[in-house]
Amino acid sequence: MPPESLRCKECKTTYPLDARYVCERCFGPLEVAYASRADTDPDELRRRIQAGPHSIWRYADFLPLSAPPRGTLPAGWTPLLRADRLAERLGLREVWVKNDAANPTHSFKDRVVAVALARARELGFQTIACASTGNLANAVAAHAAAAGLESYVFIPSDLEEQKILATGVYGTHLVAVRGNYDDVNRLCTELSGEHEWAFVNINMRPYYAEGSKTLSFEIAEQLGFEIPDRIVCPIASGSLFTKLARGFEEWIDEGLLSGELPTMNGAQAAGCSPVATAFESGHDVCRPVKPDTIAKSLAIGNPADGPYALELARRTGGAIDSVSDDELRQGIRLLAETTGIFTETAGGVTIAVLAKLAERGDIDPAERVVAVITGEGLKTLDCVRGTFETWEIDASVASFDQAAAGVAVAA
Amino acid sequence: MAVTVKIPTQLRAATDGESTATVDGSTVGEVLDALYSRFAELRARIAEDGGLRRFVNVYVGGEDIRFLEGLDTPVSDGDEVTILPAVAGG
Repeated sequence: MPPESLRCKECKTTYPLDARYVCERCFGPLEVAYASRADTDPDELRRRIQAGPHSIWRYADFLPLSAPPRGTLPAGWTPLLRADRLAERLGLREVWVKNDAANPTHSFKDRVVAVALARARELGFQTIACASTGNLANAVAAHAAAAGLESYVFIPSDLEEQKILATGVYGTHLVAVRGNYDDVNRLCTELSGEHEWAFVNINMRPYYAEGSKTLSFEIAEQLGFEIPDRIVCPIASGSLFTKLARGFEEWIDEGLLSGELPTMNGAQAAGCSPVATAFESGHDVCRPVKPDTIAKSLAIGNPADGPYALELARRTGGAIDSVSDDELRQGIRLLAETTGIFTETAGGVTIAVLAKLAERGDIDPAERVVAVITGEGLKTLDCVRGTFETWEIDASVASFDQAAAGVAVAA
Repeated sequence: MAVTVKIPTQLRAATDGESTATVDGSTVGEVLDALYSRFAELRARIAEDGGLRRFVNVYVGGEDIRFLEGLDTPVSDGDEVTILPAVAGG
């Protein structure tokens, strides 16, 4: 399935496969179009995938690159875990957790950056850059370091300290912008016109976005080349949400999977829920908002792929819901207590929406549900502070016994 | 009111390569109309049904006009209007 061109999602005008992201005729977003593969045997294709490396490059046949790159951080091939205790708590039968915190910089952004950076190198760029809510910042700085490229990372200045520290350590040019993510994005969009840099989420966006498909490829492969009945996934710009569906569609077209798209459920934080709001009110475009939520990795008030996310949720019989910051904290605790996986705020939003869907009776107990956990809890430590108690005691048995009095202590 | 409009690279083919244009108008809508009358091709690229296409973002002094009064947002002498495409998240 070789990449053939960039194509406008709105008016279908095609462009060469270079660093561009906007249709000059109608301003619509561009995406990668592939030539159809002639007479490929699905069994042969499956064998090629299974013989590939334990990283996203096992899916190189479906990515917009001339060849799989060498010497990169190995993104992807993260665990898909059956979460029976979580399912039980929610009254469901089969829940799986795709734990993308198990990536080199602990979020799914390693997938998209690996693809964008590889394409940027093919196109001859020496410098990569991004506008980021944090996870992308970590990934761009790390992958640039691994590849020996210069990098510029632009973040909102009020970002969580853990994300700032885990970016600066890689030796990037870290630029903290006084403003929110949408301000940073606007600035970077202007800068991308002035510098010969590969901004992974701006002029490299068509390639970057393709990296998200590898999440659905992995989910399907880890389920034995089967499609789950339902996906619950966080929505910030809507890019991951829509590309997950694209991944399943491509494999259905190739004969690697049979059946229909999963029911697609999107998850947003109530303090930044332009897509959930548009879904509820029946609109097909999103009105931008000023974010006010602790889920900073989802705090995009002006979601570029919002219209496509709305269309996808409706087409698959899904929905896009939002949850409060308190609910997302409970979601983090619920996942941690039932699976041993500590996720960041975005994962808390996802689990809280899963719980909401279960409670609402939207999920048939017989369904196979996959919750996509996109990032690591250690990046947003502050949000769980105060959600549990610690006993502080002297280093004596008597002090422990005193603290434990009245509480059942396991022998 | 003389207002400076910043043109994104993707639209410069329609503005003879110009990256900025100074036009008159008292609202964003008037400024854009003035811009279209100077560069006729621009209208087809970013306007639709009397409004803007859904992937076009317009800012006055850095603020998205959808947080202001849309195309009716007033502009003053020396204001800067920026046209940009919507971009993906990170």
